[in-house]
Amino acid sequence: MSILKLVWLELWKRKSRLISGILAITLGIAVIVAIQSISVVSKQNVAKKLDNLGANILVLPLGGSIDDYYTSDIDAPTMPMDYVERVLTSTLPGVDNMSPKLTRRVKIGEISIVLTGILPKSEIASKPLWQTAGLVGNDIKTACAPTNEANKSQGYEDEKLKRKIIDTLNRYDCMVGFQIAKRLKVADNSKLNILGQEFTVVKVLPETGTVDDDRVFAHLNTVQKILNIPNQISTIEIMGCCNAITEGLLGKLRNILPDTRITTISQIVSTQIETNRLMDKVTLIFLIIIFFVGGISMGNYIWANVNERHKEIGILRMIGASKGMIYKLFLLKALFLGLTGGILGYVIGTVAGVILGPYLAGITVQPLYLYLIWSLALSVLISLTGTLIPAYLASKIDPHTNLQEE
Amino acid sequence: MILQIEYLTKQYSHKDGLINAIDDINLIINRGDFVIITGPSGSGKSTLLLALFGLIKPTSGQIIFNNERIDNASDNIKAKIRKKHTGFIMQNFALIPYLTTVQNVMIPLSLQGVNKTEQFNRASEVLEFVGLKHRITHLPRELSIGEQQRVAIARALVHNPSVILADEPTGNLDPALSLEILDFLRKINREKGITVIMVTHSPTASSEYGNLKVHLKDGKLVENKELISVHP
Repeated sequence: MSILKLVWLELWKRKSRLISGILAITLGIAVIVAIQSISVVSKQNVAKKLDNLGANILVLPLGGSIDDYYTSDIDAPTMPMDYVERVLTSTLPGVDNMSPKLTRRVKIGEISIVLTGILPKSEIASKPLWQTAGLVGNDIKTACAPTNEANKSQGYEDEKLKRKIIDTLNRYDCMVGFQIAKRLKVADNSKLNILGQEFTVVKVLPETGTVDDDRVFAHLNTVQKILNIPNQISTIEIMGCCNAITEGLLGKLRNILPDTRITTISQIVSTQIETNRLMDKVTLIFLIIIFFVGGISMGNYIWANVNERHKEIGILRMIGASKGMIYKLFLLKALFLGLTGGILGYVIGTVAGVILGPYLAGITVQPLYLYLIWSLALSVLISLTGTLIPAYLASKIDPHTNLQEE
Repeated sequence: MILQIEYLTKQYSHKDGLINAIDDINLIINRGDFVIITGPSGSGKSTLLLALFGLIKPTSGQIIFNNERIDNASDNIKAKIRKKHTGFIMQNFALIPYLTTVQNVMIPLSLQGVNKTEQFNRASEVLEFVGLKHRITHLPRELSIGEQQRVAIARALVHNPSVILADEPTGNLDPALSLEILDFLRKINREKGITVIMVTHSPTASSEYGNLKVHLKDGKLVENKELISVHP
C-alpha cells in the first residue's frame, strides 16, 4: 500500500463529499472553457472576414481626409514616399501588406477618371477580390485570421519579411476598372492616352462593386512622373492583422509616422476590438471569481475533511507519520481533486461550447485541446492554494487528544 | 537498558493554575521488560505512556532511548523513532475504518518504504500469528471487538519494533477476551523479546502479567516494583 492508495481509498470512502468538493472547480473551469471556446472561434471568424475585406488601415497625409481618399481632388495633400520605408524598416508586427498609392482625378477626353499609381504586387495582395477573380494564381491569403497553428498560441505571425514591394507592372502598362473600361470602351490590349502618355491596357479588372471599378491603375513611378509629383504618395493602404489592431497597432503606427493621419477603414475593426475586450474582461472576471470561489470551496471541503479525520491523523502520527507526511497527504488529495476537476471542467465546457456556439454566436466551435492543459493547470493551482492552510493546520493537530477518543 | 526517564514532568494549564499530569517521574526500563503501569483515573498513566515517544511533549525532564536523548528531538526524529522502534496498541483499537485488515497492518511498513509485495507478505504473516489470516480482506466493522484488537496488535508487531506501548488494550473487552489479548502480549514479550509497556486498570493484568509494576497517583510514581526478572 502506498500513500497514493491511502488517499484514493479515503476519497472513495466519502464519495458524496468528493463530488461536492470537485463541483465548484469543475463548474468554474467549464464556464471559462465554454466562453473561451466560443470567443476564440468568434475572433477567428471575424478576423478572417476582415482579412477578406482587404486593407483595413489608411495612412493619409496630415490634413487629409477620408473624402480625399475617395474623391482624389487635384489639390488633395500628399506625403513623402519615404514613409513606406519607415514602416518597412520598423520591427512592427501585424502589418501584413502595404499599398502605397498616388491618386488624382484626371480627364480622358470628356470622361473623368481617377488615375491611381500603385506598386502592383502589394496592391494585388491587398485585394482579395482581384485574387479570386483569377487575376493572380494564388488563393486568398488571409493575413491574420489565425491558422490552426497560430490559433494554438493565440498569436499571429510576423509577416514583416513578406512585405516586399516588387514591380511587376511595366512602365506604361495599365489596368482599368470594370465600370470605367465600359465608359472608355477599352478591352485587354487596348491603347489608352492619359495626360499625353500612351498606355497599354493589360487587363480590364473584374467588377468589385467598390471605388476601384472607376479607377485606372498604372505603375506608381509612372503616375508620379506624368502628374509631376515625384516621390509623393496620397495614401498608404495597410492590411493590418486584426489581432494586432486590437493590441494597439494604430498607436504604434502613429509613433512611426507622427505627421500623418491614421485611421481604420472598417467599423468592423472597432466592433471587433470592443467585442474582444469585452470577452477578455468577462473571462478575467470569471477567472477571479472562480479562483476565489473555487479556492474557498476547496479549502472548506479540505477543512471539513481534516476535522472528520482527526482520529485518523492521530493514528498515522502515532504509527510514525511526520507532520510533513500529513501535509503531503492532504496536498496529494487536493492535487487529485484539482486534476479531476480540471478534466471534467474542460470536457463539460467544451461540450457546452460546441452545443451553444451555433445558438449564441452562430459559429461552429471545435475543441481547443490547448485548453485542457490550461484547465488542468488552473484547477490544480486553485485546489492547492485552497488546501495550503487546512493541510498545514492538519499537520499541527496534536495526535494524543484524538487517539483516546471513542 | 532501553529506556531511561529522568525527572519527567508534564504540566497543563488550567483556570485554577498549573496541573501536573505527571510529576518528577524517574524510571529505568530494560530491554525485554514487561512493564505494567497502573493507577486510578487521572493519575497520569496514559500521559506518561504517550510522552515516552513524543506524542505528548513533556514540560521538563529527560527521556533517553537506546542511549540517546529524545525528549528534545525534532518532530521528524521522534516520528522516525516511532516508525521504526515502536508499536502502539490503543483501547479503542485505532484502526482506520476504510482500510481492510491487511491494509491496516501494512501501514507501518508503507511508512517505512517497504515494497508492496513484502508489505503484504509480512502483514499476512503477522495476521497469521494473531490468528486472523482468514480475515485479511475484512473491514474493521466486519470484525468482532477481540479480532479488532488483534489486528491492532498485528499492526503494532509487523515492523518488528523494539517497544510496544499499550494503552488499556483490554479496556473494551470482556474478561475472556482480555485474557486472550494479555496472553498475546506475553507471548510477544517472551517469544520475540519485545519490550512491552502497558497501561491498565485490570487487576488480573497487574497481578499476573509483567515483571515490572509501576503505580502512579496524582501524577507521581508511588510504587516501582520489580516482580520477576526476565532479562539477563
